[in-house]
Amino acid sequence: MNEAIIAEGLVKRFGETTALAGIDLAVRQGSVLGLLGPNGAGKTTAVRILATLWRPDEGRASVNGFDVVRQAHQVRQLIGLTGQFASVDENLTGAENLLFIGRLLGVPRAEAKARARELLADFDLSGAADRAAKTYSGGMRRRLDLAASLVGRPRILFLDEPTTGLDPRGRTELWGLVKRLVAGGVTVLLTTQYLDEADELADDIVVIDHGRVIASGTPEELKTKTGLQTLAVRPTDMADLPTVVSVVGELARVKPEQKGELVTAQVSDPAILPAVVRRLDDAGVVVNELALRSSSLNEVFLALTGRPAEEEEVDEEVEA
Amino acid sequence: MTAITTTAAAPRARSSALDGVRQSATLAWRTLVQIRHNPWEIGDFSFQPILFLLLFTYVFGGAISGSTQEYLQFALPGIIVMNMIFVTMYVGLGLNTDLTKGVFDRLRSLPIARWAPLAGRITADLVKQAWSIALLLGVGMILGFRIGTNLAGVAGAVLLLLFFALAFSWVSVFVGVVAKDPEKVQLFGFTALFPITFVSNVFVSEATMPGWLQAVVKANPVTMLSDATRGMLVGGPVARPALGAILWGLALIAVFAPLSVRRFKRRV
Repeated sequence: MNEAIIAEGLVKRFGETTALAGIDLAVRQGSVLGLLGPNGAGKTTAVRILATLWRPDEGRASVNGFDVVRQAHQVRQLIGLTGQFASVDENLTGAENLLFIGRLLGVPRAEAKARARELLADFDLSGAADRAAKTYSGGMRRRLDLAASLVGRPRILFLDEPTTGLDPRGRTELWGLVKRLVAGGVTVLLTTQYLDEADELADDIVVIDHGRVIASGTPEELKTKTGLQTLAVRPTDMADLPTVVSVVGELARVKPEQKGELVTAQVSDPAILPAVVRRLDDAGVVVNELALRSSSLNEVFLALTGRPAEEEEVDEEVEA
Repeated sequence: MTAITTTAAAPRARSSALDGVRQSATLAWRTLVQIRHNPWEIGDFSFQPILFLLLFTYVFGGAISGSTQEYLQFALPGIIVMNMIFVTMYVGLGLNTDLTKGVFDRLRSLPIARWAPLAGRITADLVKQAWSIALLLGVGMILGFRIGTNLAGVAGAVLLLLFFALAFSWVSVFVGVVAKDPEKVQLFGFTALFPITFVSNVFVSEATMPGWLQAVVKANPVTMLSDATRGMLVGGPVARPALGAILWGLALIAVFAPLSVRRFKRRV
């Protein structure tokens, strides 16, 4: 069995609203799938169905071969869920939160305590172990929440927007934790509206919008799929800038952008690179930097949906 | 790093009933441990009823019954009942907090019996109830309350009170599931429970009330429960009011248990 998570034609409606309009997903054992989409795209709905919290109206899904509806109890023994809002008991200490989940999972008391200590140490929370979670910062709560979903050593982990609301340092820390889990063999399904997060963590990306899959592939494939690449040239001598702008503009057939001494242009034909090198060499221009870069996922998302990824919308799926 | 390595155990198809009981006990423990970090909660079901008891006994008691001692003998059983009704609100409050804070999502993603979270809450509630009853009875006796019956009477009163607490918990569960946030649950606690407990014979006999109000008071389960508790602690008729209270309790369960479960399934 190579696929840890399989979903086929998932449909979920809330009254008039169709949150999922038929979604197919496949997550390879030990890989990270990034489910990418703007607010209200259906990401949380998909995760809640796969994590056995909601039943799909149509379609089916399985986790390690167990059906998420008919064999929910088996699925729950394999998964860990970290939701969009840190779901820790604020009136318990960090240690009590983890102890109580270990005890619920049937771990003997001493062992559950040891496991709690171990997780708190791994997540840099040892110092706050005996403080009520309501006194924790946002980043600490997220870490405790993630730790809570790992008490049962899940083989499959659902992370629903794990870094929403975290500051850049908190995000980087959480990314590091996720990478360590993946290195330990855990399969991860991650939802995010941050393209850099999917780019950083995911082996494969599925882009959804309005409850449908609109693109899928590796981050690289997605970037090349839209056919856009960015040519960047930085001359050593500022005096050569006008020459660079005219050469790039002529070959790329678009007006180049200029930021300081860096000249960039969107190109669709990779063969342009050697031509640029020849022409600049002929003109005697020495360059510091000359590169053809894939476009960022932001540009990809814009190309796919016709709108930027991080627009602010009311998240309907949570209220529904 | 050992913490994050994965283990493979063959998943089981369901939790056994014994597992469910153990899980409920863990969840009850969790609810009770919370009190340590929420000292005001223990005040709510410890100091507040004592305050009520003192205020009513020493401020109104003499005027109502002629002597504070006589009033204490009349009012203590009713105050125990009133406090019991208020303490049940913690079931709904805690449930609603779990729902709004996402703790319930975590619980539902764990391989535990579906009924364990609710059973755990209600078990914890019964522990709080037993504590409140013992506390009020103890303080009452220090102030001069005399048990006019025997140990069997006291045991019967406690059992009847706990049964009704269990039944009334379903009202609380329903409010907890329906309310949008914990503040709404508290609002319900104040606006609905005060009239329900005051329009009864907890503090004064219904004899001086207008006729229509007497009818309401007589039909109120709080009155029946207070009468039955008085009968079992002080002496007097027990069978009729106890039967009324038990029937009310069964009716509350019959209506609010299915309603709560239905609303609950719609919400999660």
